[in-house]
Amino acid sequence: MAAAHREEGSSVRKSGEGAAAVRLEHLTKEFEGSLAVDDLSLELAAGEFFALLGPSGCGKTTTLRMLGGFEKPTSGKIYLGGEDITWTPSYKRDINTVFQSYALFPHLNVFENVAFGLRRKNVDKSEIGRLVEEHLELLGLSGFGRRPSTQLSGGQQQRVALARALVNRPRVLLLDEPMGALDAKIRKTMQVELKRIQREVGITFLYVTHDQDEAMALGDRLAVMRAGRYEDLGAPQRVYDQPATQFVAEFLGACNLLPVTLDHGELRLPDGSLVVARPGTMESTPQLVAQVGVRPEKMSIHAEGDEVVSRSNRLVATVTTITYLGASSEYEFETAWGGHLHVVAQNIDDRHIRLGDRVTVTWGETHGFWLPAPSDVAEVTSADVIMDDEAP
Amino acid sequence: MTTIQARIAKEPGSLRRWVSRHSPPYWLSLVGVGWMVLFFLIPLISGLIVSLETGNPVKGYTLTWNWHIYSQIFVHSDIPYTTFFIRSLIYGGSATILCILIAYPMAYYIAFRVSPRWKNSLLLLVLISFFISFVIRTDMWAFVLADQGIVVTTLRHLHLVSANFHILGTAGAVIGGDVYNNLAFMVLPIYVALERIDVRILEAARDLYANSRQTFLKTVLPLSRAGIFAGVLLVFISTVGDPVNSALLGGANTYTIGQAIQDAYLNNQQFNVAAALSTMLMLMLGVIMFIYARIFGTENIENLV
Repeated sequence: MAAAHREEGSSVRKSGEGAAAVRLEHLTKEFEGSLAVDDLSLELAAGEFFALLGPSGCGKTTTLRMLGGFEKPTSGKIYLGGEDITWTPSYKRDINTVFQSYALFPHLNVFENVAFGLRRKNVDKSEIGRLVEEHLELLGLSGFGRRPSTQLSGGQQQRVALARALVNRPRVLLLDEPMGALDAKIRKTMQVELKRIQREVGITFLYVTHDQDEAMALGDRLAVMRAGRYEDLGAPQRVYDQPATQFVAEFLGACNLLPVTLDHGELRLPDGSLVVARPGTMESTPQLVAQVGVRPEKMSIHAEGDEVVSRSNRLVATVTTITYLGASSEYEFETAWGGHLHVVAQNIDDRHIRLGDRVTVTWGETHGFWLPAPSDVAEVTSADVIMDDEAP
Repeated sequence: MTTIQARIAKEPGSLRRWVSRHSPPYWLSLVGVGWMVLFFLIPLISGLIVSLETGNPVKGYTLTWNWHIYSQIFVHSDIPYTTFFIRSLIYGGSATILCILIAYPMAYYIAFRVSPRWKNSLLLLVLISFFISFVIRTDMWAFVLADQGIVVTTLRHLHLVSANFHILGTAGAVIGGDVYNNLAFMVLPIYVALERIDVRILEAARDLYANSRQTFLKTVLPLSRAGIFAGVLLVFISTVGDPVNSALLGGANTYTIGQAIQDAYLNNQQFNVAAALSTMLMLMLGVIMFIYARIFGTENIENLV
């Protein structure tokens, strides 16, 4: 799998002394014989919003808990700003956490919840008052100080949890699926706000989630984890447009996988037609059988008789399903060799495509991305999820 | 209320509907109210009435509204009932404090330090002594701790204590018996309170720079206050009025109000004195518990339910 790991941008960020806020080196965590985190090495830049994305049980929460000091790694090292904190107890780490269930102190009011960390650090009384009020205001909670923390809505609780962590100005803020308990509408507004707050305070955020939309919307960079390691890491757009593996491609969104063979440096579909994928991704491999992935929204449909704009790739296929969704429609096609295509198209103008029509599907050469051969992928897919991520 | 009245006034016939809509909670409380009236209110009043009777065991007692009995038992009495009251409160208070000190670590251990599959077994161990009547168990202790018993003779043989060393008949023996017999009533409510604490709250405290001591003092202890409160109620009330431990493990100098009530009633058949002492004891405990609840908050009990 090592070949699948891609890292970019970090070399740029690495320049300058101590630029990495957090560095994980060969971090491994074993639970009763099964690997929750498997030799994970990761580097977060200072002030970065980093999203750790993956399905339940991929080890993302365990990684976060090791960073927070709630779980001791089996092996490996954790560095915070160059300092080894692997065995530092959590209360001595300059890291704060927003817990999945918020874990507010039920016996304390909002003010005292936010002030908890400052009081432990023996911050001056008047300074505590000022800082807490400032952070309550930052999160739109002015006037909530005297409220019991048990009498807040989910969204308000989350804001308190965020204020309680941010008020300490940690070097890194860990967020463990903080939106998990919120409904979709509040989620959207909280996402926007979280991004604003992160920019305002400039603290490194490590955001753990299983929601790919959230990870892409929030993260400056994201890593897609699976079975204890990450399969791809980079800016959301790069990872989405050019994923390293089939798993990453499919986890981030729908994806068409076209079987191809490499023949004299050219990729050919089963019917013999040529395809062009992003250059520089397939030449380096000696594999003869591979796949080309294309996102459904990148493909265009041209009905018979339409003028076909010249694009690098084209296929003739038959319409098998049309699903009208208002703003867009989803089409299923069957290709000449019996494969299936899934295409999403915006309903911009009237289309006259009906079931059974033969149409031409086209896409640009940069829209296709090369993926390892199916057999290789199948092997990885069968490797089952080991750990239940939600288990403590 | 005014809005309800206004609504009822506006719509004739809506009173019945309002009653039928709001009555279920009151119907449900009927069993509880009945229980309290039958076993609490009636005995309390009848006890008060008996205390106001005069007479003697031979001729019988008649109600004469003799309120003087209350000043007699405290002021002009041959028997030092005031001393017995104070002694009982000291014994009960000491036993309660010792119970907290012993029960809290026990409950903490079972709640946080034991794997879930052992929890029930350990709780059963806490309760297992209840399988035998506490009078028999206390009597067994009297046997073990007697001057010719195994503990004292062994200590004497080893020259760890002087020849006139006793365990039985001392305040320590009575308080020890109180603690022994009531420990479970302190362990269980504290355990229930601790068990309900979300471990993530403790993680949050550690995340926010609290070391082990601070985590305990700032989160665990306040969050288990309700359990301590309930345990104090149970143990203090039952130890202050208890006649068994002081009778079986104590001596002449450990005579408590519980024994005094028992003797007045059973041996001397001074029903009015026994009733007056009981009423005073209840009143005193009531006042103490009221003050205690005002200081530590009644919402603590509600939190536990």
